[in-house]
Amino acid sequence: MENLDQLLNDAVAAFAAAADINALEQTKARFLGKSGSVTELLKGLGKLDPEARKSAGAAINRCKSAIETALEARRETLRSAQLEAQLAAEALDVTLPGRGMGRGGLHPVVRTQERFETLFRSIGFDVADGPEIEADWYNFTALNTPDNHPARSMHDTFYIEGAQDVLLRTHTSPVQIRAMQVHAAKYASAEVMPELRIIAPGRVYRVDSDATHSPMFHQVEGLWVGEDISFAGLKGVIIDFLQRFFETDELQVRFRPSFFPFTEPSAEIDFAFLSGPNKGRWLEIAGCGMVHPNVLKNGGIDSQRYTGFAFGMGLDRLTMLRYGVNDLRLFFENDLRFLAQFQD
Amino acid sequence: MQFSENWLRTLCNPSLNSDELCHLLTMAGLEVEEVEPVAPPFSGVVVAQIVSFEKHPNADKLKVCRVDVGQAEPLQIVCGAPNVVVGMKAPCAMVGAKLPGFEIKAAKLRGLESFGMMCSANELGLSHDHDGLLVLPDDAPVGENLRNYLALDDKKITIKLTPNRADCLSLTGVARELAALTGTPAQLLEPLSVAVTHDRQRAVVLDAPEACPRYCGRVISGVNAKAATPGWMKARLERCGVRSISAAVDITNYVMLELGQPLHAFDNAMLSGAIHVRWPKPGEKLTLLNGQVIEPATNMLLIADEARPLALAGVMGGENSGVSDDTSEIFLESAFFLPDAIVGRARALGFSSDASHRYERGVDYELAQKAMTRATQLLVDICGGSAGPVVEAVSVAHLPQRKAVCFRPARARKILGFDVSDESIHTSLIHLGMRVADVDGILEVTPPSYRFDIEIEEDLIEEVARVYGYDNIRPLPPKAPVTMQACTEQTRPVHRLRRLLAAQDYQEVISYAFVEEAWERDFAGNEDPIKLANPIASQMGVMRSTLLGGLVGALSTNLRRRASRVRLFEIGRCFAKDASGAPVEGYSQPMRVAGLAWGPVAPEQWGQASRRVDFYDVKRDVEILLGGRAEFVAAKHPGFHPGRSAEIKVQGCVTGFMGELHPALVQRYDLANAPILFELSLDAVLASQVPAFAELPRHPTVMRDLALVVGNAVTADALVSGLRAAAVEIVRAVDVFDVYSGKGIEPDQKSVALRVMLQHAERTLEEAEIDNAMRALISAAEREFGGRLRA
Repeated sequence: MENLDQLLNDAVAAFAAAADINALEQTKARFLGKSGSVTELLKGLGKLDPEARKSAGAAINRCKSAIETALEARRETLRSAQLEAQLAAEALDVTLPGRGMGRGGLHPVVRTQERFETLFRSIGFDVADGPEIEADWYNFTALNTPDNHPARSMHDTFYIEGAQDVLLRTHTSPVQIRAMQVHAAKYASAEVMPELRIIAPGRVYRVDSDATHSPMFHQVEGLWVGEDISFAGLKGVIIDFLQRFFETDELQVRFRPSFFPFTEPSAEIDFAFLSGPNKGRWLEIAGCGMVHPNVLKNGGIDSQRYTGFAFGMGLDRLTMLRYGVNDLRLFFENDLRFLAQFQD
Repeated sequence: MQFSENWLRTLCNPSLNSDELCHLLTMAGLEVEEVEPVAPPFSGVVVAQIVSFEKHPNADKLKVCRVDVGQAEPLQIVCGAPNVVVGMKAPCAMVGAKLPGFEIKAAKLRGLESFGMMCSANELGLSHDHDGLLVLPDDAPVGENLRNYLALDDKKITIKLTPNRADCLSLTGVARELAALTGTPAQLLEPLSVAVTHDRQRAVVLDAPEACPRYCGRVISGVNAKAATPGWMKARLERCGVRSISAAVDITNYVMLELGQPLHAFDNAMLSGAIHVRWPKPGEKLTLLNGQVIEPATNMLLIADEARPLALAGVMGGENSGVSDDTSEIFLESAFFLPDAIVGRARALGFSSDASHRYERGVDYELAQKAMTRATQLLVDICGGSAGPVVEAVSVAHLPQRKAVCFRPARARKILGFDVSDESIHTSLIHLGMRVADVDGILEVTPPSYRFDIEIEEDLIEEVARVYGYDNIRPLPPKAPVTMQACTEQTRPVHRLRRLLAAQDYQEVISYAFVEEAWERDFAGNEDPIKLANPIASQMGVMRSTLLGGLVGALSTNLRRRASRVRLFEIGRCFAKDASGAPVEGYSQPMRVAGLAWGPVAPEQWGQASRRVDFYDVKRDVEILLGGRAEFVAAKHPGFHPGRSAEIKVQGCVTGFMGELHPALVQRYDLANAPILFELSLDAVLASQVPAFAELPRHPTVMRDLALVVGNAVTADALVSGLRAAAVEIVRAVDVFDVYSGKGIEPDQKSVALRVMLQHAERTLEEAEIDNAMRALISAAEREFGGRLRA
């Protein structure tokens, strides 16, 4: 019986010495193969008397089973070592950059425009559009700014060569007239004209170019016409907007009387941050007012029954204040190092 | 307009400090732009008199002065000023005085004690004049604090007036406003009448009463034109930003600032016959005070005598008729010109004047007499002389009318959105100088002659709100019926397109809509662009008809800044002459989207070989924008390589083009290698369709590959659509998956590998059907394209 213990010990040692699965399988043959040690022992049982055969057979089979267990254990060890090795060999440097395309982004002013649209859509405003080469009538006259009106000198206008009374719009306000005309015509026979709520973002042009002026810049016009539209409502909407746009209630907003031919009463809107780098400085942000009755009339709307408010803001300026951009000209230089800072 | 705070306070002095006063004005629509102290803070400076002086024994340029500062004994002060004279009066900073930047101490100068410092204007921060001591008038009281004596505790306030508030272009106007806002009564000046002591006069004829309905003139004789302007008047003028010129001119300016009435003083000796206010005659010329010689346009009103034009009415006087040092008799003009008769005239001549600025916006038409009296009073006081009678020519019918404006308090409450009381409305209007009559609860409000901006009810509503204070109106979220907004699937939102382009690695740019004329020629072949009449620079002279120029311009900008890979897009309006254009006749103004890709197809990276972006890379981007709807047709474009350029069609309509920039342009714009560009109609890109469900096939599909050898001229598109047209119904798709030319293929031919998908709607296909279908395709290729199956 000592032989069997020795045999088991030998097998365990031999299995442990096998460095891989192939070597292990060859080693297995030495013990369990057709002429392996265990097989030979079993073959030798026949020479024993039945009594001895029975007890020796049981002992050999226990030994065989123990060798098989040891073999399986070794196999498992080697298999997992092999997997470990494979996995280790397959490991990637996950810190290397990803492969493929880069990505672009939106222009910062457009980013502001989109936020503006989202905020005003959320209270039922539609986005309207108008031509940039505009008729003098829409840009000035219909907005209660006849020829020779002193307010015309506030806008230095680009004119189209060889055309009578055609210009590059100096503000987005002509869209007011166009939108009112369409709206009034659409509901000409309606008992009550539904409210008109639009914003009109877009490019506008003035003969002005220096560090703080660009000959082309962006404005957004707002217009709300209905039966119950008041100056208090205008204040409510503007303050709401500024707080949402700058994502803070830490703002002071003031409405100053001003003059625009197309609104009466008119106001200039200033606001000041209560914290941050611009803290306490009044910043002009918009012009606004109640739509002048002549303008409602030119838009085809009954100025006694309906009232409205309108406002105009500079999208470039809003963008500068929102993101801390310090030079208006950067918006039109198209330098990728600047533009890439505003990617999502 | 700039004015002295102290002067204003002589007319209306509410109990507000400077900051509060400025805030009040700003919040009433008289925006205070700038507040500047007249003098920096200093103390301990008094009026002093030089009693005597002698040369400093140890220094050539220093003097040792004995100075009377109003104390028992004169002080010894060492002084280096060149203009020291015995008896002169000048400021003296006493020991302990604090001046801007330093403090005065008793000191020894070159061995001699000095108990103070005599001061120049520069040392006190009053001006940059440091030529010598500030000379004070002989009657300056010795020992008096200089700040009191010169009224230096004053501020210069500049307000930015909107064009409707001409009534505030004077101290009186601002004071009136202040009184209305605070309820503090204004102490407005009522000039004393002036004794008329001779009857010399000059006739006045209103030849154009529609432009000048009132003109007052007066002869003032025996004046001393060389008289000095008094110091107080000079100081006030200076603090209003007006330079002192001569007593007579200063007086006219002073009255204009005080009351708002522009005046003009003629040398009466230079005039002949009656004064005519008239339109110009053909060929007339006039030399203006600024030296400009003009031939007045037919709409430029003139002041003339019987011999010649004298002045451009309401704008500027002429040379050779104004007062000079030799003038002894003045003809003083105080007139009312209608705004329409003046507006734009100065601008047409390229300048602006204080008078035209006021007349254009509206001068009180009842003010001429009063201003005349005030100016006469000052002239007689300062320059001596005696006044003749005022000759007033007036055409009452042509004077502006102040019509009563109907004002409904309920309407005001509705428009403002808050409950302003009837009483508060009434008080505000009265304070603003309006006449108010209450007719059954509706107010009839007549504005004063100095207000040109009150014509309708809304104008009055603004006045009420202004006096009440915009800030006091409580903001309210408006109430509105809640209805949903349309959310169509027929078009895609433009911002979604932007995000799609950004996700494809394009960065959005914004370029000017006006471009160089050469860009239009190079990138659009446009020889007749829309030109600006007044461009800001010649390279911004024409309106773009394509976005390509701006993209190439932006590429150049970034290449100059050493960018190695550039991918840009812009969404913007383009402009073209178009007789049927709408909404503005003569111009079409479509929105377009364009892109540019230049450099490596992907950013330089470790995991992928670098290769330059090419036509097919960008074509994929365009295909993504247009969905499966786009069709590409080889077509020439002025900006593109003729063999690498395509027209893009959707449903048969050309909606854009793409291509590689023409090598000549690559060279001209110094781009090193060619960018790939595309430009599309924005409407076409945004057009979208509501998806429609189709039953999923229940039977398996079969794939077969087919390699055909065809001539090089056969396009992939032609081959695929030709085969599809000839195919039997079970052929569902034919797609190119490889194109080969080279070894084994004749030089003028290519091998096109096609993958054919076959499927039957109702059952599984049989092998024989598949073979038949494939044979049909091969024979169509042979028949229609001269092709053959590749061996």
